[in-house]
Amino acid sequence: MSSIEEHSSGDAWDAIALRALKANDVKLIAYVPDRVLATLIESLHADSFFTCFPTAREEEAIGIVSGAWMGGTLGAVLMQTSGFATLANVLASLVLPYQLPIVMLVSERGTLGEFNSGQALVCRTMRPVLDSLAIEHHTITRLDELEFIADRSIKQAVATQAPVALIFSPLLTGGKVFKA
Amino acid sequence: MVKSENTAARASNAKVMNRTDLTRRLVAKLKGEEAVVAGIGNTNFDLWAAGHRPQNFYMLGSMGLAFPIALGVALAQPQRRVVALEGDGSLLMQLGCLSTIAMLAPANLSLIVMDNSVYQITGGQATPAASSTDLVAVAQGCGLAGSTWASDEEDFERLVEAALSAKAPFLIAARIDGEPAAATTHRDPVQIRERFMRGIGARH
Repeated sequence: MSSIEEHSSGDAWDAIALRALKANDVKLIAYVPDRVLATLIESLHADSFFTCFPTAREEEAIGIVSGAWMGGTLGAVLMQTSGFATLANVLASLVLPYQLPIVMLVSERGTLGEFNSGQALVCRTMRPVLDSLAIEHHTITRLDELEFIADRSIKQAVATQAPVALIFSPLLTGGKVFKA
Repeated sequence: MVKSENTAARASNAKVMNRTDLTRRLVAKLKGEEAVVAGIGNTNFDLWAAGHRPQNFYMLGSMGLAFPIALGVALAQPQRRVVALEGDGSLLMQLGCLSTIAMLAPANLSLIVMDNSVYQITGGQATPAASSTDLVAVAQGCGLAGSTWASDEEDFERLVEAALSAKAPFLIAARIDGEPAAATTHRDPVQIRERFMRGIGARH
């Protein structure tokens, strides 16, 4: 996959994301649900290629995919912004020192029309935490860039034995909007 | 002030045992290929002290994640028995994982908690569960039927044997004393991880 143009499949973002996970053999999916990710989660559950299940907490999910990787299976954790905010300890004391390729898919809340002030400030903590730990991260805003970024990032995570965070912007997903 | 000794009202008939001794009894029961994941602090120190095995994984941080990490290994390698060793304070941080384990019910995962009712490594402060919470009842309530206290060393060995051939995960809880671990794990996370992956055949 050499250019963005080759990824103009006409598929929706959730179908493209699923395809990128499958193409890179990301078989174990642990998640704490998110409204925006609901269709992707549903598709992952429906596809027998994936072992997909909810966890009680995001750091628990990171622990599970860490163990799975050491056992030979690549995994991803799906969460929303507020869930990422609970992960600094597990990233700094497990994923990074043990050099584990963990794929984090984060639905971005707290921006571009956020209606819940409880989400808005949490969002401000996400990129500073990622940057302070020197974790590779990309904010995906365009449908035509999604597959390229996801595919290359997962490959880089495995090759460099390092985590990666893919942040799904409301520009990509539509986000979650207030309905009166 | 809560006393730092094991004051658990629950399991009042369970003998207070020693973690170093129980860990050695556990390791002696292993056939060789079982993966063992041990939680932060004394739990993994005593696993190290029982004699390093290439199938051992030692946590240096991420308190509370021994069971989730072991669950991940068990899901990735359904043919391999995986044993998780955790402390009570650590488990208390991540009780939700008991529900996840009960939901997935991997047949190859065995769970052991060493319960001294205190945060031993930080000076023996009582956990919030010390006087009021029965971790076995919690595990049963989460859906891990068959979870039980080990009444003494012989019972612990019998339960370990049962767990190693069980078809569904359950929690074995052991009341332990306040003795420190017998050794300290060599803290090199990359070496620990690489050795573990080779030890369980995920890398060659």
